[in-house]
Amino acid sequence: MTTATFDPVMIRREFPTLEQAVNGRPLVYLDNAATSQKPKVVLDALRSYYEDDNSNVHRGIHELSRRATVAYEESRAKVASWVGANEPSEIVWTRGTTEAINLVSSAWGLDNVGEGDEILISVLEHHSNIIPWQLLARRTGAVIKYIELDEQGRWILDELPHLLTDRTRIVAISHVSNALGTVNPVKRVAAAAHEVGALVLVDGAQGAVHMKVDVKDLGVDYYAFSGHKMCGPTGIGALWARRDLLDSMEPYQGGGEMIHFVGRDESSWATVPHKFEAGTPNIAGAIGMGAAIDFLSEVGMDAIAEHEHKLLGYALERMNKVDGICIYGPQSPDEHSALISFTLGDAHPHDISTILDSEGIAVRAGHHCAQLAMQHFGISATARASIYLYNTESDIDRLIEGLEQVRSIFA
Amino acid sequence: METPQLNSLYQQLILEHYRNPRNKAELEEKSVEIHMANPVCGDEVRLQLRIKNDQIEEAKFVGQGCSISQASISMMTTLLYGCSLADAEILAECFTKMMQGDPDAAKDKRLKDLRALQGVSKFPVRIKCALIGFDALQEALKTYAKEENI
Repeated sequence: MTTATFDPVMIRREFPTLEQAVNGRPLVYLDNAATSQKPKVVLDALRSYYEDDNSNVHRGIHELSRRATVAYEESRAKVASWVGANEPSEIVWTRGTTEAINLVSSAWGLDNVGEGDEILISVLEHHSNIIPWQLLARRTGAVIKYIELDEQGRWILDELPHLLTDRTRIVAISHVSNALGTVNPVKRVAAAAHEVGALVLVDGAQGAVHMKVDVKDLGVDYYAFSGHKMCGPTGIGALWARRDLLDSMEPYQGGGEMIHFVGRDESSWATVPHKFEAGTPNIAGAIGMGAAIDFLSEVGMDAIAEHEHKLLGYALERMNKVDGICIYGPQSPDEHSALISFTLGDAHPHDISTILDSEGIAVRAGHHCAQLAMQHFGISATARASIYLYNTESDIDRLIEGLEQVRSIFA
Repeated sequence: METPQLNSLYQQLILEHYRNPRNKAELEEKSVEIHMANPVCGDEVRLQLRIKNDQIEEAKFVGQGCSISQASISMMTTLLYGCSLADAEILAECFTKMMQGDPDAAKDKRLKDLRALQGVSKFPVRIKCALIGFDALQEALKTYAKEENI
């Protein structure tokens, strides 16, 4: 598959989950921001690991262990090049974005953040990029400051020079908002943060999924992301970090694989990244995430981004014509990633979701783990339709039909 | 699997209570107040009761949520006026059973308008919406009993 032949209808045949009826209608899956479906090649990779190579990594001398280790480390290299890392050792496997952020807030934060120090985050963050910092602040006496939002859910950066001070130790921000789809100006904030000597962590859970990411070009220090939102299995994700930071940090968890030598009183640690990977890791997950990256690379990230952008434009245009709809987040598709957060008249988002579900359409309803963003708009929930490479215009047409059904019930 | 029918869920009576909730206000003199929230979906209710001689004199609520949760709480509060604490407990138990799909509970006339919510039991992910008010009621009755005994 190349850019010229990008065909979402062909692509969706690679995803067994999508070939089913739900409540009597062909499934329309528009909950991709929560998790994506998995292509056959990823399922095959998991199966083949368990059927042919199942063994522990970095331990055995035997053949199966060698194969498992090779596959596991090859996947790490794929993830490294996926985000433009200098070397595979800059990638630490985690359970997902959440664990990657917690790793930094603990392993880096506890040694580098003290009383009165400042942590800058934004009101737009997912709870997984708020709570770890609140926990750190509680233990250290640090202060959390917030980048506020404008009426379209974009960061207000006029205040940035005042928000960043010589006490700012880290700026933790999302690449793309999971609640509104805002594509955030990470590069600009990262440059300003570095001027005051602060580090920058990016929650890339919705970022590396839809666009080519180059951590060096972004100019950040940590980038966290998950496999399951980009066609990979659940329970696997990665933290990219600058090698010198990983070298200087204490381990996150203690256990097997992360040691160099264990003594009665003192032990020493394995080299990076193994220092951060205590215990038997999610080997199958890592291999599956590598297969997902191969799959997405073959389809082509530029082609995927172009397809999503076109479909987003179509969806915004059609949805804006639905009577009583209120779309949150940036109105321009150029500032918007492939998800649309909305309310419809006085129908509560849960009711919207139930009615759409009865038509076989899966969307998310709720606060999207972004209660601060919801509070900013004075609402408790929205419905969210999120697009991925296998969605088509006909999926959007079905969504519009479903929204008309909501309108007729709540007329 | 049988496709659950939407029209059994969104009956006019439910939508009417959702749009014009009864007893949605702050109670000035309250004997007990319970805050109940569903962190998964953001449904939220503060239920307030004024109780005298083991009888509920007034029931009000403040909160937000979907049509099912709001209609259920609204209908519930109308039935609580003049209701003994024992009968309130029975009402909560009966409604909970109806949500679990118990056909006898669904026929119980004491539930009155609340029987319109019977269809919710066919939508497993929405049952908790219908129950949030009754969970608050049961918690309120427990809290009140504990405080009275002290």
